[in-house]
Amino acid sequence: MSIVTVQLGQCGNQIGHEVFHSLCSDTRGTHGLCSRKENRSYRDACKERFFWEEESGVPVARAVLVDMEPKVISQTLSMAARSGCWKYNHQSHFCQKQGSGNNWANGYSVHGPRHKESIMNLVQKEAEKCDRLGGFVTIMSMAGGTGSGLGAFVTQCLRDDFPASFILNHVVWPYGTGEVIVQNYNSVLTLSHLYRSADALLVHENDGVHQVCAQLMNIKHISFRDVNQVIAHQLGSVFQPAHTAEGGSDYSRNPLGDLMETLVPHPEFKLLGLRNIPQIPENSLPYSTFSWPGLIKHLRQMLIANAQMEEGIDWQVRPPPPGSSSHSTKKPLHFNTSIANLVILRGKDVHRVDLGSFQDPSLYASWLNPQDAFNAWRTPRAFNKYEKSASLVSNSQFLLKPLDSIVGKAWNMFASKAYIHQYTRFGIEEEDFLDSFTTLEQVISSYSTL
Amino acid sequence: MTQSVVVQVGQCGNQVGCRFWDLALREHAAVNKKGIYDEALSSFFRNVDTRSGDDGPRICKGKICSLKARALLIDMEEGVVNEILQGPLRDVFDSKQLITDVSGSGNNWAVGHKLYGYQYRENIVEKLRKTAEHCDCLQCFFIIHSMGGGTGSGLGTFVLNLLEDEFPEVYRFVTSVYPSGEDDVITSPYNSVLAMKELNEHADCVLPVENESLFDIVNKINQMINSGKLGSTVKQNSLVTSSAGSVKTLQEKPFDAMNNIVANLLLNLTSSARFEGSLNMDLNEISMNLVPFPRLHYLVSSLTPLYTLADVNIPSRRLDQMFSDAFSRDHQLIQADPKHSLYLACALLVRGNVQVSDLRRNIERLKPSLHFVSWNQEGWKTGLCSVPPVGHSHSLLALANNTCVKPTFIELKERFMKLYKKKAHLHHYLQIDGMEQSCFSEAVSSLSDLIEEYNELDATKGGPRTEPSRLKIAV
Repeated sequence: MSIVTVQLGQCGNQIGHEVFHSLCSDTRGTHGLCSRKENRSYRDACKERFFWEEESGVPVARAVLVDMEPKVISQTLSMAARSGCWKYNHQSHFCQKQGSGNNWANGYSVHGPRHKESIMNLVQKEAEKCDRLGGFVTIMSMAGGTGSGLGAFVTQCLRDDFPASFILNHVVWPYGTGEVIVQNYNSVLTLSHLYRSADALLVHENDGVHQVCAQLMNIKHISFRDVNQVIAHQLGSVFQPAHTAEGGSDYSRNPLGDLMETLVPHPEFKLLGLRNIPQIPENSLPYSTFSWPGLIKHLRQMLIANAQMEEGIDWQVRPPPPGSSSHSTKKPLHFNTSIANLVILRGKDVHRVDLGSFQDPSLYASWLNPQDAFNAWRTPRAFNKYEKSASLVSNSQFLLKPLDSIVGKAWNMFASKAYIHQYTRFGIEEEDFLDSFTTLEQVISSYSTL
Repeated sequence: MTQSVVVQVGQCGNQVGCRFWDLALREHAAVNKKGIYDEALSSFFRNVDTRSGDDGPRICKGKICSLKARALLIDMEEGVVNEILQGPLRDVFDSKQLITDVSGSGNNWAVGHKLYGYQYRENIVEKLRKTAEHCDCLQCFFIIHSMGGGTGSGLGTFVLNLLEDEFPEVYRFVTSVYPSGEDDVITSPYNSVLAMKELNEHADCVLPVENESLFDIVNKINQMINSGKLGSTVKQNSLVTSSAGSVKTLQEKPFDAMNNIVANLLLNLTSSARFEGSLNMDLNEISMNLVPFPRLHYLVSSLTPLYTLADVNIPSRRLDQMFSDAFSRDHQLIQADPKHSLYLACALLVRGNVQVSDLRRNIERLKPSLHFVSWNQEGWKTGLCSVPPVGHSHSLLALANNTCVKPTFIELKERFMKLYKKKAHLHHYLQIDGMEQSCFSEAVSSLSDLIEEYNELDATKGGPRTEPSRLKIAV
């Protein structure tokens, strides 16, 4: 089954490009460490999911590029074409001249309806190229105007036009200390709208990824390109083919469906966080070895203590002792309770790895059955030159604090009515803000009482 | 890509405007090596086939034939505009883009606004329409004028009004040169306050500039160069005050250095809209992020660095120094100290080889020493443009919506009241058709209201921050 990616706004297009690049270079790489048959299977599955082939044999990404101003898209298209190993379909993009001005209302209420037909036509064309459509992934930021506002509108349109398809929004959360002054308003409006239309939201926080770049990758002058490459690596580690059933020999034919089934048991809980280990600078790879028990131990503690990466983990955080109810006050603070977890293992000796520690009932909310709440996917095919690589996609309280912080700041600003005139001039009224706040307070409340 | 049109009104407006076009050409020449008329150029210039007189092919790949500025030059006396048309920039301007008269406005806002406004209205609208038609997607009008005189102040604000009526969707950014205390025009307080009312009501963003600040910056640079403290030589074309490398290099007039600073301000402001970068900042984003309430749209600007040394290797300490300088009092383009007043919002537009981590590090470093309003504690808007200005490897433009503009307005009001109480020179204004005493009282009342809004915000500074209680959800 194939996935159609919609890249929205500057962030969405910049990241989308890095993702396809990472998928392509991983697939073509000779580091697979597995049998040729396995490698071929992997390659075919990846191709089917993300690329179609034109007569020249160059893979073309199954993607639609959308932006309200032309500079980023033209750069993205030309960078991909220059790579020589893949490209975008140069017909599959839509752009305007003027940008959304960081204004959610402009993206949602003006650009959305105005360009709905053109954009959805492009999506339809890409969907038709798929033998079987497995669903949509949108890539966007929520701080700006296009990715956020137009992105929310397009997600709604996708839901309306493709009611049976899975929709995953990959959302980038901005740095806490501003990139955009009205980012909290834009974020609140985006998240509340996406929550209604999408199946799940897979989140990357700029602050977290920045830390990974600084402390793990040892990059001195971190650029957005560096941040985007880490994000692309992490997304690749989730989207590349893996075996879902124990001992199953075929790669999953329904990646998005499988993801939703394992991670979103209840529509109230849709926020997914992503962690990946190990992450080291590329030139250190040949000199490093990792053991599975070590990786799994770290990954589990990253889950429990809500750490962004394998350094600086708080090892003091422990799950609550067995027998305590989830509403008991004895529950340790800072402990991250989960709804569902998915661990994806790639590389050497994956079938021998013991993941029992992730099935510990104390990790999960009391009303869940740990057998159902935890899943593992594996493949012996190594990813992106890492001999062993483990990813965790978690529906847990990972994002509770950041979400609460964003809503708090937005509410604080809303109380003074600052900037509201910029939204009302494009048709987003105070009631719309209040609706969004209500939706998100509900989400916060649900996650808090796990 | 969008286009912008510059409307330069009056003597000051045209002199600054002239420097702007000169430096714009210089900047694009440095970037555009192939002589192709690209999107970046088209934001401020048309590509014209001079033989036919119509626009040449406007598609990006075309070669440059003859560049014409997207500008309107307006002055009620001919001296300045004529000089421009006889000077080295004459080919950049189309004769159809000019509106001139002979006798000037006599430093009288009413003459500029009411008399000439009425007289030239049709003409101005027609020329504006023509200029707009040449644009694929017109995003912004930049008005350049001074506040203290008659034409720039009166006719300039008349045009501002006109732009709102005729092109309501297009942004209006106004660069206003405010008179200093020792201004030799006696009626400048009247002209300025009358113009302020128009700016309050019809501008999207105002970038106030004071001659005193420009003069101080020029002096500072001259001192640094002459004192020999710099060790290595300064790159001439990197001076924010210099015209080196531009079309006009001979005979630098006295105001040229100061006007170059303002020209550089406008170039830096629009750089991210014209050139690529990892975090673009367009003009509509500036307005969106820096104007929390419609009338509080006065932005204090600062440009750093003022010059570059010929050293190629810039250690990152210098980079951090650039950020610190942007917040110091002597780099601001008005006489104000934003560090000790209250920030409503702040934008940092970085050009050149600077990464997001440098930006974040400096924001973290400077934040504790700045006072932000309670509902906008992290009120930073950032932009990264890859193309540095001529002669620099990197530069920073800081735009602040800060209550430090208040003293400038208060002083203006005081100077106004000094004259108004005695009814000095009032008759020169009131004898103009359409001008009444109420124009004066309304103008000063509008200014007072504005000052009051800033006062209310200042009152919240340093006070206890009570966070409003959040919505309660029924579980």
